Amino acid sequence: MLKINQALIEAQGISLKRNGRQILLNVNISVHAREIVTVIGPNGAGKSTLIKVILGLLPISAGQVIRSPSLRIGYVPQRFQVSPTVPLSVRRLLTLTHRVAEIELTKTLKETGILHLLEARVADLSGGELQRALLARALLRQPHLLVLDEPVQAVDFDGEIKLYELISNIRKSRGVGILMVSHDLHMVMAESDRVICLNTHICCEGSPVAVQKSPEFAKLFGPKAAGMIAGYMHHHDHDHESHASSHFDGFTPHHGRKHAP
Amino acid sequence: MTFSILAEPFFIRALLAGLGLAVITGPIGCFVVWRRMAYFGETLAHAGLMGVGLGLLFNFNVAIGAMASSLLVALLLIGLKRQNQVATDTLLGILSHTALAIGVIVIGLVTGAVTGHLDILFGDVLTVSRVDVITIWIGTAGVFSILAYLWRDLIAISVHEDLARAEGVNVPWVELVFLVTMAAVTAFAMKIVGLLLITALTVIPAAAARRLAASPEGMAIWSAVIAAFAVAAGLVMSALFGTIAGPSIVLAASFVFVLTLLKAQRN
Repeated sequence: MLKINQALIEAQGISLKRNGRQILLNVNISVHAREIVTVIGPNGAGKSTLIKVILGLLPISAGQVIRSPSLRIGYVPQRFQVSPTVPLSVRRLLTLTHRVAEIELTKTLKETGILHLLEARVADLSGGELQRALLARALLRQPHLLVLDEPVQAVDFDGEIKLYELISNIRKSRGVGILMVSHDLHMVMAESDRVICLNTHICCEGSPVAVQKSPEFAKLFGPKAAGMIAGYMHHHDHDHESHASSHFDGFTPHHGRKHAP
Repeated sequence: MTFSILAEPFFIRALLAGLGLAVITGPIGCFVVWRRMAYFGETLAHAGLMGVGLGLLFNFNVAIGAMASSLLVALLLIGLKRQNQVATDTLLGILSHTALAIGVIVIGLVTGAVTGHLDILFGDVLTVSRVDVITIWIGTAGVFSILAYLWRDLIAISVHEDLARAEGVNVPWVELVFLVTMAAVTAFAMKIVGLLLITALTVIPAAAARRLAASPEGMAIWSAVIAAFAVAAGLVMSALFGTIAGPSIVLAASFVFVLTLLKAQRN
């Protein structure tokens, strides 16, 4: 159904070489409004590079990135990359590159659940709180597409579920498209419309349920991995039973050269 | 030991020159700390020595020579950072010490003995002229205006470079202008603390200020205040006890840094 609409962003046949090493090979990825797409892959799989390509920060060797006209992207970087040496309040972090009306600031911090931290120092925030601040920061730009780099990395299990609930609510209330990247398997959000397994090329993609059954997935992450993602999803499905059935729209294995059977 | 020396014109000139520098190394030092550019600053300073050598060899102003060669090495570094054959810190180590070696060799060849030029390495602030003082304050005003103009962008880049780029900050341009100011500061600071201690005068007050400030502006102001205090204290120490001025200023800054460590523990 969503496929009929024009994608917010569509990357076609992206390849990127750096110092003779292939970082990305013929990667196709698209994100539509109200859609959550999760990219998973081991370290060094090219996930960060893919994000930079989507954001338009890196030149590509081949392929093209098509953005819908006047697309605004909200980028939420990894929180570990935010320099801890710059003394900043949350208010300041949120208004670094553009000024925001006070009402808008309050509204967005309420939405992300950290209104009480407006004047707090960034250095004093917990991992989950900083993640919410970065999310609020991205939302203040009124984006059509949110790009989240490892949003729940090193957040405890409870905090992780709450962050996913928040992200899920943002999709519903704002109707944004969400592109998420993760290197940890158990962090795949059950509500993802599509999961893409990346290891230089796309190994397999489909619904979370379909992807974990894929032989390509087991090859990439080991046979035990499927059990991990299943355990997490089972837990999560109790809260969102209605979603489970709608995700069985199958998966498509992609046979790259390296992983040809 | 007499305090009347503190009212001598040469001392007042030294103080004015040093304070002019402190006003600008304060904020610059913050960016050096935020962006982890201490080693980078060191490299620019060493490159400055090469410029001094070339200035002596070809008979042009050594301060301009220092600034030009710092800038040249800075641009070279930006260009070389894009390659991945050699790690950036290794690259800095190579360029830094190559420039230092060239500088020492050229100065030695031109003047016969490098030991006569300790002032270039450690500063000679007690001999600054009236013209030096005016030059330093004009330079300070110039660098200060540039920093004020780029302030928001510089802070955004310091917090997260890719985020700033994704949100429309022209990172290469801001970075280039910042490097020009760093090279300029290298040239100004050479006379006061010497090329070997410039990094100390930028980094140490900023590191001390980090523990006292809650905002980027607060840290820049504290950093400038601490640098100014270090200049004054170092000069007084130098005048009263006959110690070399440049290292005395740096030592005073280090002393303040240690004090801030104690303060932070009490919090």
